[in-house]
Amino acid sequence: MTRIIKNKRIVDDPWRIVTLAGGETPESVEVPETRAIVPLSVWLARKDEILARGEPAGVWLDAHEGPEAIAADLAHFALIAVNFPKFSDGRGYSTARLLRERHGYSGELRAIGDVLQDQLYFMKRCGFDAYAVRADKDIAAALAGLEEFPESYQAAADQPLPLFRRRSA
Amino acid sequence: MYRYDNIDRRIVDARVAQHRGQIARNLAGTLADEELRPVRLQNGLYIERHGPMLRIAIPYGLLSSTQLRKLADISRRYDRGYGHFTTRLNMQLNWPKFEETPAILDELASVEMHAIQSSGACIRNITADKFAGVAPDELADPRPYCEILRQWSTLHPEFAFLPRKFKIAVNGAAEDRAMIRMYDLGLQLTRAGSGDGGDGAGEIGLRVFVGGGMGRTPFVGQLMRDFLPRRHLLTYLEALLRVYNRYGRRDNLYKARIKILVNALGVEEFARQVEEEWAFSRDGPATLTDREFDRVAAYFAPPPYQSLPAGDPAFASAVAQDKTFAAWAERSVHAHRVSGYAAVTLSLKAPGKAPGDVTAGQMEALAELAERYSFGELRLTHEQNVVLADVRQGDLFAVWQKARAHGLATANVGLLSDMICCPGGDLCGLAYARSVPVALAVQERFGDPDDLRDLGEISLNISGCVNSCGHHHVGNIGVIGIDKNDEEWYQIVVGGRQGNATAIGKVIGPSFAAEEVPEVIDALIAVYRERRNGGERFIDTFERLGIEAFRERAYAGRERGKTASEQGAAHDQDHQE
Repeated sequence: MTRIIKNKRIVDDPWRIVTLAGGETPESVEVPETRAIVPLSVWLARKDEILARGEPAGVWLDAHEGPEAIAADLAHFALIAVNFPKFSDGRGYSTARLLRERHGYSGELRAIGDVLQDQLYFMKRCGFDAYAVRADKDIAAALAGLEEFPESYQAAADQPLPLFRRRSA
Repeated sequence: MYRYDNIDRRIVDARVAQHRGQIARNLAGTLADEELRPVRLQNGLYIERHGPMLRIAIPYGLLSSTQLRKLADISRRYDRGYGHFTTRLNMQLNWPKFEETPAILDELASVEMHAIQSSGACIRNITADKFAGVAPDELADPRPYCEILRQWSTLHPEFAFLPRKFKIAVNGAAEDRAMIRMYDLGLQLTRAGSGDGGDGAGEIGLRVFVGGGMGRTPFVGQLMRDFLPRRHLLTYLEALLRVYNRYGRRDNLYKARIKILVNALGVEEFARQVEEEWAFSRDGPATLTDREFDRVAAYFAPPPYQSLPAGDPAFASAVAQDKTFAAWAERSVHAHRVSGYAAVTLSLKAPGKAPGDVTAGQMEALAELAERYSFGELRLTHEQNVVLADVRQGDLFAVWQKARAHGLATANVGLLSDMICCPGGDLCGLAYARSVPVALAVQERFGDPDDLRDLGEISLNISGCVNSCGHHHVGNIGVIGIDKNDEEWYQIVVGGRQGNATAIGKVIGPSFAAEEVPEVIDALIAVYRERRNGGERFIDTFERLGIEAFRERAYAGRERGKTASEQGAAHDQDHQE
């Protein structure tokens, strides 16, 4: 089973990510019975079918897919994953903050894709609590990336008050 | 100036430790070069033509004598005994060793400095008016705003990987000396009118310009908000950056700056999207408090000035008696808001020297001058000179003598030989052509001090490539290196200017070989000399006559002149990609 970082610990991951291979369509792709993280397109096309299973639902958003598309569905999800096609594509940070701070999503928020140690601190601050560190990397070593800095200036998903409101307290 | 507290210090220390770990992992083979690259750039570490280059951040250009001495020390111990002041108020070390960069960052941290976000697709070093706090035409000091923005932008978790770099400049004076209209985001401090929706008329806030920039596709920034109350500074900028982070283009490096997004949407639509986003955070916890503003502003309180008469007799008599001193003072001494004081620009454009380069010995001399005569602080300027902002008029002669002994008193500030110039192809991995030899050739041709004085104020800005670090778009005369079949060629642009009437220069025609550049500049100058009216500056004459008179002379006797206008049109297209 794949291992991920979740809530600052390395754990086994029971979920499976569904992707569309060449020729597959959202309508035709096979979705596992349980613990499937489906692409947004599959969710939008087969929401009723997935919900009818009565299993915890998971969806993943690609970098260009904002949270607006699932804002009304958040109560259905046990897990939302945000894909980083390249670690230097920073759109997922905004997606995460919006899910947490604007839409009030409180389930698992997982970074997937090109997820590396040196970005984990920023991801954590933006509201991620699970990280599928890229498979070729040492996940135990990457764990240190979550605690890189002792303090931060800005308000974000992990800390609603900017430093200046705490500094002067 | 701002001083770190324990929290600021711990954050910078943690950043150094992180960099040290990244370098170690890279050397151990567990962090690939392409994975290190974006994160090392965010600590100012480039890999250039001959090896690493380290760009050290100098927030809004403000340095203490202690810090400058440390830079001198670092340049001696870790480099070749000199540094380069850039047009973005940073210092570049051109010969550091890759594996020694963590040690350099440690040294910097010991004097409250760092290289955080001096490069990379993130919010960069924030710049301000070189005369901040002392200019007679200033409404409010921009430095507290800059420092508040520095802290907010430092390690901002959401905006570490923007589509492209993002640069902010703040001006607090009537005249724009911070080039705010050529920045991704330009902030002009202003006073509220009656209908501005602030706490009331007279409140200080910000006028917001967006989408300016140089590079391949130059744009003058557009006004997107006429008045933003100060307390909304951070929530509004966060909304603006979020719109850019989400919707700025990432498919093409050359179209990824915010100027492209703003122009694709139109500034009204961009502003509307920002306002829509801002509605969610407006008046929320990130709203700037008066208490925080006052805490930061207190660090920029005026130094303990003496009470002095307006005109110092010793200064007046030195000017009357010493023509060389008088010529320097005319260019280098600037009005100050406090009676009996002056701001002084020390030129880093001595003949035969690469513009902006400064030796360790000069750094120490500058530190000494600041300590003795200007409350221990200095400012860098985007023209790549150094300002002592608070000199007693009675000390000006002594400052001049000491500066002169270190090659820091060239009387050319604002004149043709005070050119802005990037490091160019001698060092930079991006450059298409060398810029420093062109600068030196022009200096040599226009070396006569009386001749320079006669020509008056004119800006000559030289970039080694389209990235425009040498600000060629806003030079009265701009020179830009281009690559034609692996050969160095140079395009000339004319009519650019900075300030309140910011304008982007126009390409004059087909490009020139390096040895032709001084001749062409000579030709442009000749048109000005012949046709100026009274006290007109070069730019005034240019705007009155138009480009044709200059174009014609530039190509007179050159074969390319025959097709100048056709080829010029082709180059204009190149300019916009």
